[in-house]
Amino acid sequence: MKFTRGLKDGLPIALGYVSVAFAYAVQAVGQGFPPWFPVLVSATNFTGTGQFAGTNLIAAGASIAVLIATMLVINIRYTLMSFALAQKMGSGFPLWQRAILAFGVTDENFAVAIRQPQKLTFSYLIGLMSCSFCGWLGGTALGAGVSELLSAALAGGSGQAYYDMLMSALNIALYAMFVAIVIPPSRDDLKIFLLVAVSVGASCLFYFVPVLAALPAGLDIILCSVVCTAVIAYFFPHAEEENTAAPPSDDNANSDVKTAGRHGDFTTNSDPGNGKGGAL
Amino acid sequence: MIADLTDMLTGCLIMFAVTYATKAVTLLFIKKDIKSKYIRSFLYYLPYSVLAVMVFPTILFCTSSIWSGLAGTAAALLLSFFRKGLLPVSLAAIGTVFVTELLMYFL
Repeated sequence: MKFTRGLKDGLPIALGYVSVAFAYAVQAVGQGFPPWFPVLVSATNFTGTGQFAGTNLIAAGASIAVLIATMLVINIRYTLMSFALAQKMGSGFPLWQRAILAFGVTDENFAVAIRQPQKLTFSYLIGLMSCSFCGWLGGTALGAGVSELLSAALAGGSGQAYYDMLMSALNIALYAMFVAIVIPPSRDDLKIFLLVAVSVGASCLFYFVPVLAALPAGLDIILCSVVCTAVIAYFFPHAEEENTAAPPSDDNANSDVKTAGRHGDFTTNSDPGNGKGGAL
Repeated sequence: MIADLTDMLTGCLIMFAVTYATKAVTLLFIKKDIKSKYIRSFLYYLPYSVLAVMVFPTILFCTSSIWSGLAGTAAALLLSFFRKGLLPVSLAAIGTVFVTELLMYFL
């Protein structure tokens, strides 16, 4: 398990990240943030959904408590992934290595790492994570730079109308990506469909009912997602395979890795249950 | 734009701290297995709910006009229903919004 092997495995993830990070940066600059801000956030966070929600909250002037709580809700899944990863890594990793590797835990890096049949090494994981991180950071810088150039080139005069249209159109980029993450698994799993439907309903309530809409920004995400997920998880617990070491689940895992790499999504439409099952 | 430099830096620091903490806590400290089927289900489902809540209904109102928002959302839903990847879905939605607003600008 060499460093170069990690780089190679990280390349498809990096390519997927470029487009997501690009969309994130465009959105942030469109909200009025200076171009260095999304780059700084990408450099320090390395998480798609969390950065997007956090940046929106900062733009909306949300309180620190709401920001912390929202980030916690959105990122709590990493705790489980890191846990599964820790099991697979075993005890051969000193604390400082674990501290570095923790930063690189994302849905895709996790999905690829957890499915390696060989023993994981520090150099392999560093190769994998640094490669995808470069895609993430590069995509953000590219998006921020392009936004600035476009606004400079098209500002004022007749170009302004086209610039506004383009920025308006780019605003939908990340939302559309999120739709593409949620819809396919909703087709396959009735429980996920139900969860998504209930969540959308709750979210609409918080958006359209004046009393609820007046609540601090971000609170809707926390309340709706935690309550809906708690209810669905209680009544329709997710069925996990007890033993996924058998070859059929390996095939499944491999195709999931390809999916994750191609799409570069941050919330695993590849089934994290498979990966965890294999590790635990 | 409300956020000033202090807000941005504080916000970024908080995002970093919480994100890193969620990633690191189990990797660094916990050695035991999470056995509860309920908690595992909860953690498995949560991302889907978070995304659904963040996207709807905001996606309809994120562009300059509700009509371009509706058109873009429809394009995204249609293509993702047929399992297109993130990038094609996103590009199609962007294109649909842009064309819709272009039409509205000239008509």
